Amino acid sequence: MSTAAATHDDHHDHHHAPTGLKRWLFSTNHKDIGTLYLWFSFAMFLVGGFMAMVIRAELLEPGMQFVDPEFFNQMTTVHGLVMVFGAVMPATVGLANWMIPLMIGAPDMALPRMNNWSFWILPFAFGILIFAVLMSAFGAGNPSAPNFGWTFYAPLSTKYGPASTDLFILSVHMMGISSIMGAINVVVTVFNMRAPGMTLMKMPLFVWTWLITAFLLIAVIPVLAGAVTMMLTDRHFGTSFFDAAGGGDPVLFQHVFWFFGHPEVYIMILPSFGIVSAIIPAFARKPLFGYASMVYATASIALLSFVVWAHHMFTVGMPLAGTLFFMYMTMLISVPTGVKVFNWVATMWRGSLTFELPMKWAIAFVILFTCGGLSGLMLAITPVDFQYHDTYFVVAHFHYVLVTGAIFSIFAAAYYWLPKWSGVMPSKLLGELHFWNSLISANLLFFPMHFVGLAGMPRRYADYALQFADYNFWISIGGFWFGLSQVIFLIVAIRCAMKKGEPAPAKPWDGAEGLEWEVPSPAPFHTFDTPPVIK
Amino acid sequence: MQSTLFHRAAVGLTSLMISGMTFASDWTERSNLDLRPGVTAVSQEIQDLHTTVLWIVTVIGLLVFGLIVFSMIRHRRAKNPNPATFHEHVLLEVLWTVIPFVILIAMAVPATRVLVKLDDTAESELTVKVTGYRWKWSYEYLTYEDDNDIGVSFFSNLATPPEQYNNPVLAGGLFPYGTAKDRVGQEAPEKDHNYQLEVDKKLVIPSGQKVRFLVTSDDVIHSFWVPDFGGKKDAIPGFVNETWALVPEGKEGTYYGQCAELCGKNHAFMPIAVEVVTQAEFRDWIAEEKEKAASGPDLTPFSGLDQAMEEGQQVYASACALCHGANGEGGIGLPFAGTDFATKSEHLNEHIDVLVNGRAAMPAFKAQLTPRQIAAVVTYERNAFGNDTGDLIQPADVNDHE
Repeated sequence: MSTAAATHDDHHDHHHAPTGLKRWLFSTNHKDIGTLYLWFSFAMFLVGGFMAMVIRAELLEPGMQFVDPEFFNQMTTVHGLVMVFGAVMPATVGLANWMIPLMIGAPDMALPRMNNWSFWILPFAFGILIFAVLMSAFGAGNPSAPNFGWTFYAPLSTKYGPASTDLFILSVHMMGISSIMGAINVVVTVFNMRAPGMTLMKMPLFVWTWLITAFLLIAVIPVLAGAVTMMLTDRHFGTSFFDAAGGGDPVLFQHVFWFFGHPEVYIMILPSFGIVSAIIPAFARKPLFGYASMVYATASIALLSFVVWAHHMFTVGMPLAGTLFFMYMTMLISVPTGVKVFNWVATMWRGSLTFELPMKWAIAFVILFTCGGLSGLMLAITPVDFQYHDTYFVVAHFHYVLVTGAIFSIFAAAYYWLPKWSGVMPSKLLGELHFWNSLISANLLFFPMHFVGLAGMPRRYADYALQFADYNFWISIGGFWFGLSQVIFLIVAIRCAMKKGEPAPAKPWDGAEGLEWEVPSPAPFHTFDTPPVIK
Repeated sequence: MQSTLFHRAAVGLTSLMISGMTFASDWTERSNLDLRPGVTAVSQEIQDLHTTVLWIVTVIGLLVFGLIVFSMIRHRRAKNPNPATFHEHVLLEVLWTVIPFVILIAMAVPATRVLVKLDDTAESELTVKVTGYRWKWSYEYLTYEDDNDIGVSFFSNLATPPEQYNNPVLAGGLFPYGTAKDRVGQEAPEKDHNYQLEVDKKLVIPSGQKVRFLVTSDDVIHSFWVPDFGGKKDAIPGFVNETWALVPEGKEGTYYGQCAELCGKNHAFMPIAVEVVTQAEFRDWIAEEKEKAASGPDLTPFSGLDQAMEEGQQVYASACALCHGANGEGGIGLPFAGTDFATKSEHLNEHIDVLVNGRAAMPAFKAQLTPRQIAAVVTYERNAFGNDTGDLIQPADVNDHE
């Protein structure tokens, strides 16, 4: 059946598919838009990574050697924004675009034109943000780029924000519009476009986690938009939402921001759970353990994520009762997260394991994400958090869950589905080099951050006291190493895009399951014009 | 550079190996590995809690990772070619939901206990109001024992000289701009032991008495944190947060801390230094400070330009250089070198006024500096950096200024 559909698609292709620049600019094809998202996110990963290199170069030794503390703050700020909104989120949207229609047997996303728009907003949103950085670096008088941290706490970002704060506000609004449209598209596609027989509880877990992610996005991106709009009116229209002198409340900003910010954390990690839940069974050659409990655990994580936001704010001076509530709720979230980890381990248990590249990244994800999760549990214990808060311990924690968590799983996904996307197998040698270098360097980079944080080094410090010097040196070395290792992936991806490598069969992994493996590799331009039959 | 890197590598490796074994009594001891126990009862309870939780998560982690590694070895295809097919096990699933929940309760109980203790700021003997400024702290002594009218307050600035931290290795473009441009390529002076931690005037508190800190801010959010006292408290404009410390007798000494909430350019340059003294010493100190405060400003005229310049240079380095540049070339603040503002006599009165009352982003300094210091620094700004106006401003000129 699928071959017949594919032949038909090739034919279709001949007549209608635009070529050249127009193909990408005007594309309404979920695969092309997915590809755009993925390339864009990787470009942003390199841009944000370059900023991290500037940060680590400055922190290599105590003293200010390369940049001014002001520029340092701009680097930490824009690094965070680019990585969160430019690298991780668009990468998972790209995966959703490519894979959700293929996984549920749909011909395309439900709202293809909106899909085009939601992607093409992004380059402009980040163009604006990066323009501010370029102005700061090379413009006359070095006007500051956003310099208030990716969390942009008021009043540092309102009354004391540089002129470029307005560019930042516009840029965040545009990213938000893009995310909401992407999320609506996923929800509508999943609810309306599933092949006959594909009940909700038969959907691959990646589709489930993305469906829940999409609801989180729709719920909290408007809150972020509200926060930046309140900033805008505080800055220019005489309101005092966040200004105590005008009767406002700077802490209100943090509540609004983290009401967005905490679910945002899960927006970045839930799709990773889906990816890993696809890859581990494929290479264990054994069905996913506890499919239903995975779905319920994802949903309960999503729900709990709305009632834990103030654990980012334990030191602002909340009443005891409030502090206790947020501590208990935060601790509770580790139960469903633990269930997921145990399920993955049980999936591997007594399987028939092989360790191809996607599996290597997936296992690294499970172990290192768990490290991040365990330090997260430590951070939940409020009295101790009073010591950890705003130190490198926190930096270590969120880089473990975001880099060795989210980004490792995105690499796992890339190695897993690249044969389907490109029609060639990614280079094994380069892939191994990429994996081992990334694995070792990421731990050299992030693990000592725990020590330096416990020893008492505050985060976002351009210069530090001498007792932190030794760890910072090694962290920086790990940072440069990790940064360079990602260039290997650039080569892997370019080789695949140029079709260099062993041709991939329709199903390159013998244990893999799912509709995406029933179409040829590379996946034809149009797939599932006739819905597949679900057994 | 190469030898420095090699040296650092060797030192780093060695300290990584030994740091776990030695207990560092001093925060400035290099390569601390673990959370510090601190000196107060609360900070030690926090450390105990940290150790407990760390062990719990380590055991859980090792258990999970051990299972993964075991499975990776024993259940690889070469060993186990026929995979099992199970995908559910109700008892197991219930167990790994319930057991973590029980562990969580075991952790929540002591956490709650410490939290309740930390929250109790009642019955303090000394109350100090701590205010965060960009980028310095001010301390105002409000009450001590039965004395409700102390009237002692002062600012505390970073004392590490800029030469020690501005060590640019490249020139041009943004690398570096401002203060460091003319030091490109110069040998960096050796850094003090308390590099980036030393201040010009320490917060002094007595041992054996409960000290309550009222923490607030004048501009953006800062965070008041002395690791050895356990925990931090945000300094938020428009809010007054409370925290407290009781340093036991016998633990007198200097304890350092740093601002822990991003507050702008010089976030890393506003340390906290607390000198804990015995109660007798504290009484003497506070009496002396009260006397100084009561006697009014010192208006003795400068003996000449040289004396004013010398005093002015010190004030400039601690209060002005961060924004206006070590050589008056500007930065966040406006430049002085060769500008009309700092050289033309018609701007002299305005110059004093901006310092006393502030203007736009420039804060008012009348609360931070004495008339003598303001007079000295204005004199300095009008005669240093090649300005050479010969203007000599006397403390009385500033004191008369409204």
